[in-house]
Amino acid sequence: MNTINLDYISSNPLLPEVKNAMIEAIKKDYGNPSSAHRLGEEAAEEIEKAREKVAKLITASPDEIIFTSCGTESNNHAIKGVAFAKKDKGKHIVTSDTEHNSVLKPIRTLRTLGYDTTSVSVDQFGRVKPDDVLKAIRDDTVLITIMHANNEIGTIQPIKEIAQIAREKKITFHCDAVTSVGVVPIDVHDLGIDLLSFAANQFNGPSGVGGLYVRKGTSLWPLLDGGGQENKRRGGTENLIGIIGMGVASEITLKEMESRINHLKRIKERLTNGLRENIDDIIFNGYPEYSLPNLISLSIKYIEGESIVLMLDEENIAVATKSACASGSLRASHVLIAIGRDYADAQGTLVITYGRDTTENDIGRFLEVLKKTVDTLRKMSPLYQKK
Amino acid sequence: MYSKTVMDHFKNPRNVGEIQGADGVGEVGNPICGDMMKITIKVANERIKDIKFLTFGCGAAIAVSSMVTEMAKGKTLDEAKQISKESVAKALDDLPKNKLHCSNLGADALQMAIKDYENRKSGKVKEQDTTEGYHCYTEEESCKCPYCDSEMHTGEKTCAMCGRKIEIKLSM
Repeated sequence: MNTINLDYISSNPLLPEVKNAMIEAIKKDYGNPSSAHRLGEEAAEEIEKAREKVAKLITASPDEIIFTSCGTESNNHAIKGVAFAKKDKGKHIVTSDTEHNSVLKPIRTLRTLGYDTTSVSVDQFGRVKPDDVLKAIRDDTVLITIMHANNEIGTIQPIKEIAQIAREKKITFHCDAVTSVGVVPIDVHDLGIDLLSFAANQFNGPSGVGGLYVRKGTSLWPLLDGGGQENKRRGGTENLIGIIGMGVASEITLKEMESRINHLKRIKERLTNGLRENIDDIIFNGYPEYSLPNLISLSIKYIEGESIVLMLDEENIAVATKSACASGSLRASHVLIAIGRDYADAQGTLVITYGRDTTENDIGRFLEVLKKTVDTLRKMSPLYQKK
Repeated sequence: MYSKTVMDHFKNPRNVGEIQGADGVGEVGNPICGDMMKITIKVANERIKDIKFLTFGCGAAIAVSSMVTEMAKGKTLDEAKQISKESVAKALDDLPKNKLHCSNLGADALQMAIKDYENRKSGKVKEQDTTEGYHCYTEEESCKCPYCDSEMHTGEKTCAMCGRKIEIKLSM
């Protein structure tokens, strides 16, 4: 039986066109894009072709795109790069309580280097109030970093409003849009942001390649010091094969965007209704309105996430959990705690993500197996018996 | 990640449930660090005649509970007192390192149930285990800040690394 993938957010399957382009690229034995000879020049041309396609996906100009190794690198580059470039102007950064680890941890590193941070809280749906961002700004604030959409609960932040505030206060604004780019339309000019992180594996491109949009005129210190690659902004030989794959994925994603969103919305409705009808004592996390179409976060009361994932895996269904028990770090998800879930409910949370190839049949089978699994685990749960 | 024995006990757990009118009850853990277990025993002639468990937790926690009940069933109380975290992990053909402490509460729950039985028999007041508050089992495996993953020590309400306040909520 084929595995039903409902963990798209971990990594999307590669589009066949992406696979082909990458295989062809491997066969060609390109040179190093920095070399002056023809083998190198051909490689450099491929990178610039890909850069154009990637830029189009977020309505940027090609020279505003830096290729990186992943979303994490993009976030590190943006946050540390702005902080280092502006260290003489100030050392205060504003962020939010539900950011990804690849934002939280660079900020933690900066704190050890004498930077100060203010983290803005979110409402019960995980949304930041732009007014709270305004209040958090100080004279020495040099960077605001807030994500576009949350990777655990799908809530989309009021980025345009926050960017407006940043612009008025002349503060650089970085947006982690790794979960959004390639899923929903993103226009960097319309959003009004200075830096934007994204990754190819979120839109059916390869893992190991990401991008950072840097608006012209933004001060940014390199994260990887080295050669003059990426217009002197990121040292290191480019991941040519990955970049070619990312270019193709960007082109197809942009073309298919509208039909994909319609498909995802249909799947989301079917899933939401099915879950409501089939399983009692569940909580949907995230904003009902401002939300990604490809994600459902579901807290299933009285049971624990890792055991749900293991049982579903036995039935060839792949789904993710935000349970501490699965992460190995013995901690509940900070996002779920930030929106007010208690620890027990946070432990029983599934993140269900799907994509262009998910079918109604997949959802039907998932609902059936999930119901059975929940019943089995609840029969074992001391919390359910106390209910 | 898990051994075959762990997966077997996880998929086909033995002795699930709760004994009504049990002679001893042991309840350990809380959902902050992940797991909760309740073990109920029926004792006759100083022997564990019946034993059942209820568990909220990961695959390892469920397998541990199941294995503990298998190991204790039919044993004398003195024999059952020898069952430890180590012997349970060994019987399961080992547990992943990060699960050794947090999910391996079965032996504790069993020992607590035996103690509860003995206390009741001798007329002692039941010792209540308080499971409220930020909970850490041992010194070396302290809990971590939910925001930045830095280590936090028992009783700390603010993360020293990121400065966030940690509010504890429990729904039990």
